[in-house]
Amino acid sequence: MTAKAVSEMSFEEAMAALEQVVNQLERGEVALEESIALYERGAALKKHCADKLKAAEAKVEVIRAQEGRAVGTTPAEGM
Amino acid sequence: MDLFEDTPSPPQGNQPEYTVSELSGAVKRVIEGEFGLVRVRGEVGRVSRPASGHLYFDLKDDRSVIAAISWKGQVARMQVRPEEGMEVVATGRMTTFPGQSKYQLIVEDVAPAGAGALMAMLEKRRAALAAEGLFDADRKKAIPFLPGVIGVVTSPSGAVIRDILHRLRDRFPRHVLIWPVAVQGQACAPEVAAAIRGFNAIEPGGAVPRPDLIIVARGGGSLEDLWGFNEEIVVRAAAASRIPLISAVGHETDTTLIDFAADRRAPTPTAAAEMAVPVRLELLAAVDGFGARAVRAAVSGVGLRGQRLRDLARALPRPEALVQGAAQRMDLWSGRLGAGLGMAAARKRQVYEARAGLVRPELLLGLVAHRRRDLAERAAKVAVLAERAVERKGARLDALAGRLRPSLARIVGDAARDVRKGRERLDALAERLEAVPAVRFAQARQRMEALDRTRMTLGYAETLKRGFAVVRGDGAVVTSRAGAEKAAVLEIEFTDGRLALGGRPRARKAGEGPEQGSLF
Repeated sequence: MTAKAVSEMSFEEAMAALEQVVNQLERGEVALEESIALYERGAALKKHCADKLKAAEAKVEVIRAQEGRAVGTTPAEGM
Repeated sequence: MDLFEDTPSPPQGNQPEYTVSELSGAVKRVIEGEFGLVRVRGEVGRVSRPASGHLYFDLKDDRSVIAAISWKGQVARMQVRPEEGMEVVATGRMTTFPGQSKYQLIVEDVAPAGAGALMAMLEKRRAALAAEGLFDADRKKAIPFLPGVIGVVTSPSGAVIRDILHRLRDRFPRHVLIWPVAVQGQACAPEVAAAIRGFNAIEPGGAVPRPDLIIVARGGGSLEDLWGFNEEIVVRAAAASRIPLISAVGHETDTTLIDFAADRRAPTPTAAAEMAVPVRLELLAAVDGFGARAVRAAVSGVGLRGQRLRDLARALPRPEALVQGAAQRMDLWSGRLGAGLGMAAARKRQVYEARAGLVRPELLLGLVAHRRRDLAERAAKVAVLAERAVERKGARLDALAGRLRPSLARIVGDAARDVRKGRERLDALAERLEAVPAVRFAQARQRMEALDRTRMTLGYAETLKRGFAVVRGDGAVVTSRAGAEKAAVLEIEFTDGRLALGGRPRARKAGEGPEQGSLF
């Protein structure tokens, strides 16, 4: 469960991990110390997910290609 | 030509005269000159391809037929090979075949005309690519949940890219890279294929970010308009893409071959944008929901534990209470221990002393004297008793001895009397015994004499006395005359003796006494 650092997780992985943590906490089956650690992990996961969501930025560029390879981009106008 | 020249030829004589070959050649020149390059639309009729490799077929419509030929080299260059029943547009030039008075179309290229022909060709191509495994389900890659960069292969102008960008902004604004391509015409297929390969060629971390997802999009159009997306080069590029790819070509009812090779097929470009990204606000709400649930669970988990701790603590008894009872019992019993011991000792002493008071020398002496007296008494009793017993036994002995003597005398007397009586009886018996033979003898003699008398009277001897005689012949008594005559010697016996008559007398037998003869 702690195999992957939260910061390296994709949004989807972090989301799945967060859901698991919440379910564990809600079942109340974990020991107190563990539940505190779980809560902290859940908080980290939540922040990670929220950051990923906040980082939503619309950016549209057009590829400049030479001989089939992308050599650069040009900001798209009016889109 | 001289108009007035008089010639002996027939009225038609001024018409030029051709040989067959000249005419055929003239026709050929006219036809080839007039129809140097034509496009003909028609249905392919009978098709034959002899060993030469040239292709002979008919092009026809409802009224006419034109023979068509494609030379071997032309056939090899054809993208579409004419098949019977196919509606085609053939491009070529008209010519004639003078040997058979035929005109025919030399076909350089054939293109399918009409939906039926295209669909049949499309199906054939699809089956061939599917057989290669390009459309296999296990080649499909999962579409990322939240791609950071999205590459779009489409025309940079037009409604399609605007629809995609608009829907992306609504759901989840992303970084979009547009690779501009022609979406119809001859350039379409090579450009689309190059764009897919180009996106895949971008290295991560370079100047141009590598997309996490590719969308290949085009708006609706005719089958011919969309044809570029059916080309093999596009299908192969899509199948080879390592970046997950969504195809969104045409409307929902249009299906192009890139749809089979794509990881997902979207019915429209807008739908492709919806597949590409989740809705940000929903995710935010979900994340917040999870956060709230985590807080609630953590708080309530701690609260529940606290409550339980308090409950258990209340139920836990004070340590003093655990030992108080035992301590009290110990005090009680230890207090009673000394008194109990004293009491027990006193009780034992009391019993001892009562008994010890009784134990004195007088008691013992008295006991001894008593025993001794008792012993003497018993000894005296024993002496008297013994004496008495001896006396009693002696008297009894005397009595028995006294009775013994008369008994003996009586027994002897009895015996003597028995002997006497026996003797007397013996004497009497002896007397009688002696008398018995004398009487018997007398009686026997008397009887014997009587019997002898009787014998005498009854015997022939007495008879002889009375004058009778016994005659015997040859020793035997003769009682008849016949007997006497036969006898050699007769003997007459008389009372006083025998007299032999005749012959020589026979010797008398010794022992033959008169007693014997007289008896029987």
